[in-house]
Amino acid sequence: MMPSQSIIKTWMHAARLSLQKIRREWRAGEHLVLIMALLVAVTALTTVSFFTDRVERAMKQRGNEILAADLRVTSTRPLPGGYLQHAQALGLRTAQVQSFNNVIVSGDATSISTIYAVTKNYPLRGKLKVTDVLNGPVHETTQIPAPGELWVDARLLSRLSINLGTELNIGKLQVKVTRILDSRPDEGSQFIEFAPTVLMRLEDVPATGLMGEGSRARYVQLYAGDDAGITAFHDWWTRQPHDNQRVESLSDASPQVQNSIERAAKFLNLTALTSVLLSGIGVAMAARRYTARHLDTVALMKTIGASQAMVLSISTLELVMLAVIAGVLGTIFGYIAQWGLALAARDLIRSDLPAPGLTPALLGMITPLIILAGFALPPLLQLKRVPPARVLRHTVAPPPLRYYTVYGVAIAALCALLIVLVRDVRLVIFVGIGTISTIAVLASAGWLLVRMLKSVRHNVGVSWRYGVANIARRGRESIVQLVAFGLGLMVLLLLFVVRNDVLNDWRRSLPPDAPNQFLINISPERADELKQFFVDHGIAAPELVPMMRAHLLKVNNTPAADLKPKNDRGRGFLDREANLSWSRELPDGNKLIAGTWWNDADNMTAPQVSVEKSIAEAFDLKLGDTMTYDVGGQEITAAISSIRDVRWDSFKPNFFVLFSPGVLDKVVGTYITSVHINPSQRSVMGEFYKRFPEISAIDIDALIAQIRGVMDSATMAIQYVFVFSLLAGIAVLLAAIQATRDERRYESAMLRTLGASRRVVLQGVAAEFIVLGMLAGILGASAASAVGYHLATRAFNLNYHFDFNVWWIGLLGGMVLVGVTGIAVTRSVVNVPPALSLRER
Amino acid sequence: MTPDQLNRDIDGNMNGTVLAAEHLTMKVSSPEGTLTILDDVNVFIRAGETVAIIGASGAGKSTLLALLAGLDVPTSGKVKLNGSELTTLDEDGRAALRAAHVGFVFQSFHLVPSLTALENVMLPLELANQPSPRDKAMTALQEVGLQARAGHYPNQLSGGEQQRVAIARAFVTHPAVLFADEPTGNLDTATGEKVVEQLFAMNHAAGTTLVLVTHDASLASRCQRVIRLDMGRVVA
Repeated sequence: MMPSQSIIKTWMHAARLSLQKIRREWRAGEHLVLIMALLVAVTALTTVSFFTDRVERAMKQRGNEILAADLRVTSTRPLPGGYLQHAQALGLRTAQVQSFNNVIVSGDATSISTIYAVTKNYPLRGKLKVTDVLNGPVHETTQIPAPGELWVDARLLSRLSINLGTELNIGKLQVKVTRILDSRPDEGSQFIEFAPTVLMRLEDVPATGLMGEGSRARYVQLYAGDDAGITAFHDWWTRQPHDNQRVESLSDASPQVQNSIERAAKFLNLTALTSVLLSGIGVAMAARRYTARHLDTVALMKTIGASQAMVLSISTLELVMLAVIAGVLGTIFGYIAQWGLALAARDLIRSDLPAPGLTPALLGMITPLIILAGFALPPLLQLKRVPPARVLRHTVAPPPLRYYTVYGVAIAALCALLIVLVRDVRLVIFVGIGTISTIAVLASAGWLLVRMLKSVRHNVGVSWRYGVANIARRGRESIVQLVAFGLGLMVLLLLFVVRNDVLNDWRRSLPPDAPNQFLINISPERADELKQFFVDHGIAAPELVPMMRAHLLKVNNTPAADLKPKNDRGRGFLDREANLSWSRELPDGNKLIAGTWWNDADNMTAPQVSVEKSIAEAFDLKLGDTMTYDVGGQEITAAISSIRDVRWDSFKPNFFVLFSPGVLDKVVGTYITSVHINPSQRSVMGEFYKRFPEISAIDIDALIAQIRGVMDSATMAIQYVFVFSLLAGIAVLLAAIQATRDERRYESAMLRTLGASRRVVLQGVAAEFIVLGMLAGILGASAASAVGYHLATRAFNLNYHFDFNVWWIGLLGGMVLVGVTGIAVTRSVVNVPPALSLRER
Repeated sequence: MTPDQLNRDIDGNMNGTVLAAEHLTMKVSSPEGTLTILDDVNVFIRAGETVAIIGASGAGKSTLLALLAGLDVPTSGKVKLNGSELTTLDEDGRAALRAAHVGFVFQSFHLVPSLTALENVMLPLELANQPSPRDKAMTALQEVGLQARAGHYPNQLSGGEQQRVAIARAFVTHPAVLFADEPTGNLDTATGEKVVEQLFAMNHAAGTTLVLVTHDASLASRCQRVIRLDMGRVVA
């Protein structure tokens, strides 16, 4: 027989034996613990992944709603029709928008309005919301105004004192107001539409006669479709001559929304990551137990003639089959669980979740293989090395496994998987360092405890002595359990600590009194009057921030036209006229990441600027570089003295470039500010419009609602996903306790044979688990605080506040969780008749 | 038997010898230094012979059994089983030899707890990839009178029943040599006697060579020959 035929025959034979073995052992419940740990792991992971996948898709779609498309091209000149044709050829849906400002007149009343003329597919993402009567119920619609019709902002009705059905003139065209426009998905993406919006048909625009020479309009083309089509179109567009055009995708459309989605995705991924870590621990513990239980069987098999290759093949094939079973079942369970999850969250997530992709299923199939190969295969490989002489002398054992080396490889494999899963190397590294440090700390602490307990046990009652003696006697096993419990608690506490911290930070960033009115174009002469206006109406005087328009001329000696920005935000920065401001103090929501903030002691005559991080990155700006602006005809050069990280979701006026005091003070500019108006004070704004007609007020309640919606979606998803991680953690605790179950059965039988009551045995078990839980809790809390601090400050960019409650929660939680679970699971051990346990031994 | 005769037997002229060991020495290292478990032991067993190895606890009985069955390798010396020199084979080679020629009965039965009685008996047949293992195993169980218990798991069987399942498992492959390590050690006297009856009856019927380790003098007396070990040396 050829060697290869012989190998195939061995494997076929091994496969048959493995199948029989699995079937028999499954029937006898041998695989229960291993498969349970694995199944919980895969189910938790795929539930998280399926759900995260759907939430991410939904959030991406909702994010795209901000653009009303996946991609859009804007220009101040008409766009080539060829774009639309090319996009359609790529399978994309398209729509067009033309917007311009115009004064609308009704009798004596006039109002500047933004005319928003759209084609029939508008919006490609998101929905228009309308009402059919003033203050009536808002509903979504897929329609747009019919030709000759106008849908108007409610503000326009009150400004012009008109009703639905009124006929108005737009240029030469007479149109009829038929609906009230509540919101458009893309209304919050740019702060340019200060005036009330009216929606009409693009086909009606020529008849208005308003688009002659010198007219100022913005031309927008919208595109939506699959990622490949969008990418292809974007690439194609890049190769076209596109002066005076700008392309916008989600990543540069709205910094506020982008921030929220990134944080939400990070947090969801962190939750998924904990499930994977927990599953590794659970499987490792189950595999250890499985191996320990099979040493005798394998010794016997070798005694009656099984070769090492056969033993290895059977073990390996058994693992592969278990992985396939766990992968398939876990993925199915995960799929079902995520539907239930989505169903439970449907009212809270608000948007319909799209169907999940296939990636989580693939992940569900690969993950158990990696987990088993990393955590279960090494101990199972030990079986190959079991000496057959063990059948005669039970003390003969295979050479000890170098767990540190083996699990090091396993952890590396898991990290690779996690990086693919989480797509955030930094986050994985932080959590990885936290995990390894915790293992080291817990292992050292466990070793100390074991040593300490030897002296303690003489001073306690019989139950406690039995309990602590168990911990001390099991030495290495106790340390392993401490590591597992401590790690599980760390992960749970980490979720608790970091979760609260992230959520609180989000809430802080959007407090109920977040500014909801942006006031722009405030002339210096009217500044005091404006402040007084709000004070008179019981609203705190807003802080006015100076703003002036300018042109960027040069960076160092490079003319602006020759600059090559590295990101879209940088391109936008070049395309637009710059808005500059100056400030004595570092504004709220800004954080210095390089350089120093100027103070009064500085020589303020030398102009300095502080630049926002993404702009600094776009142009490779470093401290000491100079920027030259044309401000009202005056050329001003300033050196960069600091770089700032800006919280765009603070809804306060923020600037990419801030000057030091004393440079722009004399430049005639305007002021910008934001105020919070309670719903009960809405009438104040009506009065404001009349009193300050030249000041543009932007109602950002709608934008805030949009962003809050995205955040609420994320928060709910996190909480639901968190429940699954919690379940995974508890499953690991169960697996850890199960690992010592056989030994406990025997010990319990021995103790009861010697006359111990069930109560005494149970008290001993309770003492052991409570002590283990306390220690694991304290250490888990320490580790969670340390990792949480790093995560919050480095990965999430938040201010971290140490929460001492975590320590108490860790201590008590550990005692209760480990104690109660331990007692509940080991309780049945005490109920087995001692004779039966001893006979099995 | 003279060393010459022994050498002749070991070197290939088996002359009816199924198992031979020459100058077997087994040393292990321990915290107290090197311990000699077996010291220059020579054993020669003919086909069909029943031999008891007796001695006090720690005399080296189980170690000798392990070496004769190829479960362990000696520090020095040779073992030849059914024409093959065990000491020159690797672990897999020894396993293959056991699969073909050897059966075992242990003091603690060593049934696989997750397998039924029938499946335990099927195990060596399946490992050797023999055809119709179920039928053969059932026949073996019938021979030990346990066909009605075929579907029971070890923890549902009494000690005597477990040992009878182990005997069925040992004989099911029709081994040339059967090793029994204290087969009645975990059984009460009455049950032990029944099990021994069964063992010897089946052994007689199959013409198997029996090597039995025990410290039960009455059990040893049922064997044709007794090898007595003391402090790792053969004394009779």
